[in-house]
This record gives sequence, structure tokens and C-alpha cells, in this order.
Amino acid sequence: MSIKVYVPRDSSALSLGADKVAMAIVVEAAMRGASIELVRNGSRGMFWLETLVEVATPEGRVAYGPVHPEDVRSLIENNFLYGGEHQLRLGLTEEIPFLKNQERLTFARVGITDPVSLQDYLAHDGYRGLKNALAMSGADIVKQVTDSGLRGRGGAAFPTGIKWNTVLNTAADQKYIVCNADEGDSGTYSDRMIMEGDPFVLIEGMTIAGIAVGATQGYIYLRSEYPHALQALNEAIEAAVAGNYLGENIQGSGKSFHLEVRRGAGAYVCGEETSLLESLEGKRGIVRFKPPLPAIEGLFGKPTVINNVISLASVPIILDKGGAFYRNYGMSRSRGTLPIQLAGNLKHCGLVEKVFGVTLRELLYDYGGGSATGRPIRAVQVGGPLGSYLPESQFDTPLDYEAFTNIWAVLGHGGIVAFDETVDMAHMARYAMEFCAVESCGKCTPCRIGSTRGVEVVDKIIAGKDHAANVQLLRDLSDTMLNGSLCALGGMTPYPVLSALNHFPQDFGLPQKQQAA
Amino acid sequence: MTPHDITQQAVETAIAHNKAKPGALLPILHAIQDRIGHIPTDAVPVIASELNLSRAEVHGVISFYHYFRDTPPGRHTVQICQAESCQAMGSAQLTAFAKQTLGIDFHETTADQAFTLEPVYCLGNCACSPSVMIDDEVHGRVSHERLAALLEQARKEQA
Repeated sequence: MSIKVYVPRDSSALSLGADKVAMAIVVEAAMRGASIELVRNGSRGMFWLETLVEVATPEGRVAYGPVHPEDVRSLIENNFLYGGEHQLRLGLTEEIPFLKNQERLTFARVGITDPVSLQDYLAHDGYRGLKNALAMSGADIVKQVTDSGLRGRGGAAFPTGIKWNTVLNTAADQKYIVCNADEGDSGTYSDRMIMEGDPFVLIEGMTIAGIAVGATQGYIYLRSEYPHALQALNEAIEAAVAGNYLGENIQGSGKSFHLEVRRGAGAYVCGEETSLLESLEGKRGIVRFKPPLPAIEGLFGKPTVINNVISLASVPIILDKGGAFYRNYGMSRSRGTLPIQLAGNLKHCGLVEKVFGVTLRELLYDYGGGSATGRPIRAVQVGGPLGSYLPESQFDTPLDYEAFTNIWAVLGHGGIVAFDETVDMAHMARYAMEFCAVESCGKCTPCRIGSTRGVEVVDKIIAGKDHAANVQLLRDLSDTMLNGSLCALGGMTPYPVLSALNHFPQDFGLPQKQQAA
Repeated sequence: MTPHDITQQAVETAIAHNKAKPGALLPILHAIQDRIGHIPTDAVPVIASELNLSRAEVHGVISFYHYFRDTPPGRHTVQICQAESCQAMGSAQLTAFAKQTLGIDFHETTADQAFTLEPVYCLGNCACSPSVMIDDEVHGRVSHERLAALLEQARKEQA
């Protein structure tokens, strides 16, 4: 019997040479007459160990990493195909503490299965949620999602069930399910990992959404920077159609759902839902006024469920195990788990799916292992480019939507970017304004003009020109953007700017903040 | 076929394959750029007429999105991530190194048409910062030496 060897096809693994490692394993194994079955799985999310190669043994999967192509010969010589000893041997994958101390619900299969094998998906509890959903009424499906307490994982944290209920109760000849896969936030990659590592779970989630609200067409709006996700999604959609899990009369139920991937074109603002809908309609990604809500007048003017990848990918397990099962995880009003992405200057960057309530400090030090450079961590930005910068004194904040709101910060899409003490926070504030200026859709004045003026004002503060007046001006400008912008781009750019100013005033030439007693 | 024929064929094929789709403009633009690397200005009136849009509307869409370009890029497109995670791992220095090595600024193409340099805001490779994308390949934890080697390798390849 051939030995199963796993080498990820995940973009990040590929960016570190996974294809060359896979090739070397095939060549070296063939030279020694070893019969192997190479599986290109998703990533386990331990990126400091990529390329992480796993071998199936009777005791379980054994991991080796980080493997470089030049290591392969010595691995084979040391019998790694049978779990042999080697300096890169990490033991049983499931026992690696980073992975063992997680609660993987949404990411249950990522890194374990062959992402584009329908058979593998079915063998690992796939499509059990859909099976239940097909036997339920739309209202009952929506009720399960509402009961689960699931809130939008894209960043806004709006209750998913309420959104679905609005679409369910809006009569129309055509409704749509749109997946927001325009994961543009720096420091986030969980959507990408799902789409590359377990695309069927997203397809299943969207199919359930379609059946729940009566929508027969779905679109995945995928950012153009993700070519490997595009490939995996299209392969999985093809397999789902062939297996009658998509298309007409799904599994003989009489229900239909069609799915297509559409590529974005490098506009960050298209992650905003109404701008995304404009883009899908073939227009400039200009933000729409709300109301009407997309749930009532969305894509092509029809009722539309628009959810983030992780929200939709969390639906199958809710329908499989029930809303109450999911709800039992979490704290206060943040139910279930959050796939957290550790990024930037950390020793152990990777995907940590945890129940809400874990603290930043645990994530940065217990999981992240501290900074990659070995210098103290000075600031972390949570929730993407529109999220606040937090100083060390706030590292004990638990990950919970409301706890973050209370310290004028956001969880967003769960990305955490760490900076060491070399960071210049005035420069980061300038960058936030600059980014907003580059990406503004131009519809509303506070965002379009405010961001450009913001860059100029920060420059003057850095240069020490009319200092006190310009600091005040930056605060006034931020206030205008916060309250006067049409969407979160202009409306939240002040979060990184003002949090940098408030927590790190010395970087702006102001007196150092007094330590709280 | 002349370059003009290739362009015309790419535009016609892109329209024929995608015209019936709802919201067909972005898929058409992608198909053209996938095939010939940019969207020539000559294509604008053709697309406009086929989709019953004004030329201004088509031009407006092309110019709105950072990804679409109306001039041909060099044989290789090098995108360097400018977002926060990569900044935390030295992307500013890496960008300066790339500009110096290639002798061009962002949005420019080298005189030998080998490379076009572009900024990009996140490649979703934030666990392996800093990141660089050369054509369709993402590279993680890119040091100055590694970038130099990748550019050297790309320069030798016929794109």
C-alpha cells in the first residue's frame, strides 16, 4: 500500500517553496522505489513551520518542518515515510501545542483533507449540515443560525440570522447569496485559508443560505490577489456540481442553487458590502447610501444575503450540530469561535481558532511566541487597517466584540499585527490616512478630501510645524471623518490615527503619556 | 497574426464568452487583461457598444480599479506589499531596495521592458511578511538577497 504524504497547496506554504518540496519528495521517493500518495492539503496554519510535511503512520499523522527542498533527501534517508527520527521531526501533528490548544469548528478540516476532493469532504462530516437543512423549512434554518448567536465575521459583527431573516421575509422573484471574499485587511488571511484549504465548507454554507432564504444564485466576490483560492474554489465548485451538491434539484430535494466566482480588481473599498454589489454589477465600486439595506434591495436591486467567508463557512457546523452547540462556546454576546490571524512581527505567525474570551497577551506570547526580532512588542493593530493600535497596557483585553468597543477598538476580521519597539507610530498614523486616500471611492467628502488633508496634517505634526494647532486640527478632522463618512473606510480611518496619537503621543512630539496609577 | 489582430481577437473572445452574464463588464475586462496584459484604449468603444454602455462608463470602470491597466506592463510584474504586517517586517527597506535595483519607481517599467513595479496592499500572506508577488507567484519572508535572486531568475526567463 502506498504511503500518504501531505504537502500543503496553501498560498503561504507555496510562498515558502512548498511546490519544490513536493516535487523533491516525489522524485526522491521514486528513486528509492517507495510508493507514495501525495496529497496537497490546506495549511494547518503554523506558518513558521511551513513547508510542513506530514506522513500518515499507524499512530497518526507525523509532522516535519520547516522542510526546504534540500532537506528532502536526508528525510527520506532517515525513513521519514515511516515516521522516522530527524531533526525536523515535530511528532504527531495533533499534539503540537499551538494546534492542540485551539477549538477548531470552522477550520475543523483545514489542513486535514484534500481541499478539492468531494469524497474526502464527505468522509470528514461534510454536507451533513446541508442534509439537515434540506429537511427543514427556511424559517427553521434561519432560526438555527439566529440561535447560534453567529455574528458577521467580516468585521461589522451584525447578527447573521437577523440578516437572513430579512431576506427570507422579503418577497421577490429572484434573491441572491453573495459571499464577500474581498479579504483586503492587512494582517488577515483566514478567508484565504478556508477557500484554499476547505472550499466545500464555504460552498455548503452558501447553499444552505440559498435554501434558507429562497435564493437560487450565489456569487463569491474574490479579490484578484488570490489566484490560488480562485483555482481551488473553481475545482471544488466543479466537483460539487458533478456530485449534484450544486445546480438543479440538489440531492433530489427539488431545490436549486447555482454558484459562480467573480474576481475583484484590487479595490479595497469593494470589501464594503454596497460597493461590492456595485462592482458585481459591473460598475465602479462606489458605496451606496443605506437604506435600502442589501437584504431588501441588494444585487441587481433584489434581496441579497451578503456575508463574509468565515460567517458562511461557520454555517454548516451550526446546521450539523444545532444552533445551541455553537452558542455554547464563547463569552457574553460573542458566541462561538473566532479564527484569529497572527501576523507581522511575531515568532509564530499563524491561524488560531479560539473561543471568544482569549486575551491578546495569550495570543501574542503563548501562541505567537513574542516578537520575531526578539525586541519587546510595542504596539499591535487589531482588525485590519481600520483598527486601533493597542499599547502593552491593553494586552489583557479579552477578544470579545463589546470588550473591544469599550477600549475604542475593534476585533474586525480577527487579524492581529504586531510591531516591535522600532515602530514609529506617527508614521503609522500617516500611513492610515495615506491608505484611505489611495482607496477612497470618492463619493463622500470627509473620506475623499479628509484623508489627503490628513496626510498633510500628520506631516506638519512630524515636522513640528505649528505643532499644537495641527494636533488639534488632526483631532477635528478625525471627528469629521468619523461622523460624516458614508462607510467604514473614511469612518474608521480615525481609529488607527487617533489610537496612535492617544497611546503613543511621544511619537508625535508630545509629552509621554503618564502611566495610569 | 499581428499584435493588432491578437488584441482584436482577445477583445472579441472576451466579449463573446462573457456578454450574457449579469454584470458582464468586470469579467470581460479580466478576460482581456489575462490574455494580453492590459486593456487597450481601442477596446473601450467596442466593449461599450456591445454592452450598451457609454465609453465614459467603461473608461470609468477601468480607471477605478487598481488592477486594470491601459498600457502594457513589462514582461514581469513585481508587486511589493505596502500594508501594515509587511511594514512591521521591513517592507519599506525592501521597497527602497527594489526601486534602487530596478532603477524605477512604482507604476514604472524598466527600459528593457523586463519589469513593472507596483505597490500592493496585502497579499494575504501576512504570516510570512514581507511579501512580494512576481507575476502570479507569491514569495514570503523576502530578504534583499532573495529578492535580488528572484529578479535575476525572472530576468532570464522568457515571460
